[in-house]
Amino acid sequence: MDAILLQLLNGLDKGSAYALIALGLTLIFGTLGVVNFAHGALFMIGAFCAVTLSKIFTLSHKAAEPSGTDFLGNPKFEDVLYIKEWFGDAAGAWLLDWSVPLSILFAIPIMLAIGFIMERGLIKHFYKRPHADQILVTFGLAIVLQEVIKYFYGANPIPTAAPEAFRGSFDFGVLLGFDPNAIIYPYWRLIYFAFSALIIGGVFAFLQFTTFGMVVRAGMADRETVGLLGINIDKRFTIMFGIAAAVAGLAGVMYAPINSPNYHMGMDFLVLSFVVVVVGGMGSLPGAVLAGFLLGILESFASMNEVKDILPGIDQIIIYVVAIIILLTRPRGLMGRKGVMEE
Amino acid sequence: MSFSNLTRRGVIKTGAVAGAGLALPTYLSAAAHSGFTNAPTGDTVTLGFNVPQSGPYADEGADELRAFELAVEHLNGQGDGGMLSTFSSKALEGNGIMGKKVQFVTGDTQTKSDAARASAQSMIQKDGAIMISGGSSSGVAVAVQGLCQEAGVIFMAGLTHSNDTTGKDKKANGFRHFFNAYMSAAALAPVLKNLYGDDRKVYSLTADYTWGWTQQESIQAATEAMGWETINDVRTPLAATDFSSYIAPVLNSGADVLVLNHYGGNMVNSLTNAVQFGLRDKQVNGKNFEIVVPLYSELMARGAGKNIAGIVGSQNWDWKLENEKGDRYKGTNAFVKSFGEKYGFPPSQAAQTCYAQTLLYADAVARAQSFNPCAVVEALEGYEFDGLGNGPTLYRAGDHQCFKDVVVVRGKENPENEFDLVEIVEVTPAEQVTYPVDHPMFAGGELGDCNPGA
Amino acid sequence: MLSLNKKDFGLLLVVAILTLAAPIILNPFPANSGMAQFNAGYPDLMQRFVIFGIFAIGFNILFGLTGYLSFGHAAFLGVGSYSAVWMMKLLSMNVIPAILLSVIVAGLFSVVIGYISLRRSGIYFSILTLAFAQMSFNLAYSVLTPITNGETGLQISLNDPRILDGANAPSYPNLFGAQMNSAATVEFGSWIFTFSVGYYLCAVIMLAAFYISIRVFRSPFGMMLRAVKSNQQRMNYTGLNTKPYTLAAFVISGMYAGLAGGLLASMDPLAGAERMQWTASGEVVLMTILGGAGTLLGPVLGAGFIKYFENIFSKINDNVLHGWFSFMPDGFENFLVTVIHPFVGKGWNLTLGLLFMLVVIFLPGGLVEGGQRFGRVFRRKDRNAGSVEADAAKQRNQTAAE
Repeated sequence: MDAILLQLLNGLDKGSAYALIALGLTLIFGTLGVVNFAHGALFMIGAFCAVTLSKIFTLSHKAAEPSGTDFLGNPKFEDVLYIKEWFGDAAGAWLLDWSVPLSILFAIPIMLAIGFIMERGLIKHFYKRPHADQILVTFGLAIVLQEVIKYFYGANPIPTAAPEAFRGSFDFGVLLGFDPNAIIYPYWRLIYFAFSALIIGGVFAFLQFTTFGMVVRAGMADRETVGLLGINIDKRFTIMFGIAAAVAGLAGVMYAPINSPNYHMGMDFLVLSFVVVVVGGMGSLPGAVLAGFLLGILESFASMNEVKDILPGIDQIIIYVVAIIILLTRPRGLMGRKGVMEE
Repeated sequence: MSFSNLTRRGVIKTGAVAGAGLALPTYLSAAAHSGFTNAPTGDTVTLGFNVPQSGPYADEGADELRAFELAVEHLNGQGDGGMLSTFSSKALEGNGIMGKKVQFVTGDTQTKSDAARASAQSMIQKDGAIMISGGSSSGVAVAVQGLCQEAGVIFMAGLTHSNDTTGKDKKANGFRHFFNAYMSAAALAPVLKNLYGDDRKVYSLTADYTWGWTQQESIQAATEAMGWETINDVRTPLAATDFSSYIAPVLNSGADVLVLNHYGGNMVNSLTNAVQFGLRDKQVNGKNFEIVVPLYSELMARGAGKNIAGIVGSQNWDWKLENEKGDRYKGTNAFVKSFGEKYGFPPSQAAQTCYAQTLLYADAVARAQSFNPCAVVEALEGYEFDGLGNGPTLYRAGDHQCFKDVVVVRGKENPENEFDLVEIVEVTPAEQVTYPVDHPMFAGGELGDCNPGA
Repeated sequence: MLSLNKKDFGLLLVVAILTLAAPIILNPFPANSGMAQFNAGYPDLMQRFVIFGIFAIGFNILFGLTGYLSFGHAAFLGVGSYSAVWMMKLLSMNVIPAILLSVIVAGLFSVVIGYISLRRSGIYFSILTLAFAQMSFNLAYSVLTPITNGETGLQISLNDPRILDGANAPSYPNLFGAQMNSAATVEFGSWIFTFSVGYYLCAVIMLAAFYISIRVFRSPFGMMLRAVKSNQQRMNYTGLNTKPYTLAAFVISGMYAGLAGGLLASMDPLAGAERMQWTASGEVVLMTILGGAGTLLGPVLGAGFIKYFENIFSKINDNVLHGWFSFMPDGFENFLVTVIHPFVGKGWNLTLGLLFMLVVIFLPGGLVEGGQRFGRVFRRKDRNAGSVEADAAKQRNQTAAE
């Protein structure tokens, strides 16, 4: 029982990353009809926003006086952090410690800007082009973006720690009457789950309860009619692209303490998020979220020893098996609309 | 459907234009023939350095490449000579190899067998490389080793840790300086016993592919021999990035030691996840919970940051060896000095093994007085040397594996900088990690005969 | 001739001449010059050009004609490679049985996967094929290691049974004794040309594959497939069951992939799991689109383009750059090296990504269209034909976008 609860938690946590990425992808599909292979790269850039901010906080200059010698026996100069000089030791240390949550503020404008530039500068010219061309150009862009990151940050993962206060783990088991250590879960992963729930809720509320969102939803359903009504739907769709980029970016920022960001993490998530989107059903936002959590939970259960003993290697393929079963039983995924990307 | 006809007509024109532009005179003459593949003819000799330059191991590949460049510099008599001055053999004179200036070509393995072989092929077929070295994973090493055997050039393996490289997949033209999974386990077991006692229960996570299995098998055999119990071994997918669902059940399993048979990105992520779940702070069975990472990569360890504090593992070499463990490891400081002065930071174990391999190859050629791969094989087989940083070392004839001391390290609690993440706990002497050529974990293959190629 | 009309025969002839003369054409620079870095005329790379050409030609029969975008074709390539290596381990080092078996096994796999995946269309089809291929890759890398040898890949070894081979049979893949790696090197001044058995075997097979693909494109069957692409619903309403046609196209392209896999293993007896990874499937998609989907020659050009970058650009390191620019003043030399450095060597991926974007932005029909535009500049009278072609291309793009 405790093992099942634990894997449920795990699944929700994994699912929240999948759902966030898939949500952005679906927004782009649904509004612009574009297959965005660069979406994983946006997630990766989000994570590197967190890395960049902590790099900015650790900008330093060399101390005037040497202290000791380095590994070659030459005099060594300590690094002195600018933020500690400017804000004092305590405030500087606090800023450094909280750099990941602070990067959220840093990442939103950057990701929105990247989204706008991408849409206006590149994607706009591909609305009328075949999906194959969209795939080629966004895939090219994804490669370029990750190579640029690799050029500046190297190929190794870069550790990006959560604030000290959230580094431990929380013992759920005791709360529910199990033995100690039966169900423990890291604070940061719980925060990640809450954060993604907040973002997903926010996006849905925005689309549901604002006039802007209503127009966008109308545009998703029937772009031409909305255009005929004299509404500039393109402009709104551009903004939605920016929002989708920001959602992917925020998913990346908050993911940085869970796994150290590296330049190819976007590609690792790309295929998976496409599977999630399609299993959810093309063009359906609730479908994407539902599929994200469903696949996350199933993936977690498949990695249980009890399951692996019966079906060896099932955790390697569970996502794909589920995708095949769902697509064969439900022609348009869980909640897909007819006629979207079916040709 | 008329458009396709038109398209095709356009194509013919494309082809015709291209054909006219590329037309060349075709007077041909007969080819020369030599005794072995890529025999150096002019006053230069070309070596091929095939390292990962894209993909997750790109930084490791970059460090290997630095070491190769340094080795070539030293062979050609430039720079401060590095380990040439401490190397026990004095056959190399700093005038290239047998008077021929050393040149090199580089390629990208992408850490994929196919790409690595394509890259090695181009070095052999196009650039005339007579030796291939480098690599950062066992799959690639085994694949390229097989290719070199067929093509008739020497392969000096870079970083490859699987037992198979000099076990079931060993080849006469291939040589490995790096240590292997069996040696890691044999070196770690006594140290683990000292540190954590002889009554421990192990839960292990193993990367689900050949290297992971040989590593797990080796560790289980070695730890069980000293009284530890293995209560579970879970295979994890190579593509996994989040190990939470594998880590989560560990605490409640009754185990008090977690062994992570992961390397590279897998290692960074699984270790980070394990620390996130607070395993390091827990007490199980009245003992502190411990994590062991049998194969340490200091470059990748940087990615795990503070999480490696207190975690034990093994290395082929460490740049602090000579300072801390004395004269036996001479060469270390000479190498660290020339590497550090050129690049500004200390070398990794990957760099050291690649540097040593290049020197060993050049030395073997110089001693054999021939570039013929069979002569080189003969010169390297059973060769005993010293002064390359690992202490006295033997290149065993039976399987082309180097036998030398293994370094057991532990992540520092308070590292001074990003290059000084580990402290040396102990050095396990070569005798303790030596095994017979026909050990069951290495059985199933044979070296065959050396192949000089054409 | 060969049941082709004059134009098609001309195209085949041009391709044949270019392919057979490739060892010379691809080595335009003297071996000792700085530009020799750009020579691609060595056996291994030329073999890869034509083998991936076959792979892309086959993929194009499915994607270019029917519009079904498979993201799992690498699985068939991988399966073909494994069957070929097993054949060489068990039966004989002669490549004929290996290649035959690889085509057959890939065909069987594609019947099963195609039958299931073709129940859906559009992106749902793409994801189904992707799922099958990723399953194959993940299992081949781990659980199926006894068959695939997992991470290290399936290789031939000295103690394989090889029941058909006698004691003195060659220990390398061969065609009735002619080893795949044997080659004649011809020196002409400072040019060096290598003619290898393996390359010419691949080249001949590629020409046959190309010929078959022309025949498919021109056949009523090909017409039917194009009709499926332009409007499958209408086809269904006319009472015609399109599935046998699409399935046939899927199986044919799967067999092409298997053939490519078998050839890869015959040229270099190794079969690794990463041949089946989604990146490998993506690569053939990129090759086809880059060259020009739906054109006859496009996929081959795309395959050559990508493989050239992978193998040639990745080998240009700083030393090579300094060698090129050494005649310049020091400061300028260093400046140039610094500017070019990020795009070559370990940065070859960056250049490839940029080129993908440039090609697709400026040449919507792929490299073939680029060639056509180039040709038009030189031949004024084609302007008219060009505009008709442009219309056709526009039409084609529109149908695809719908």
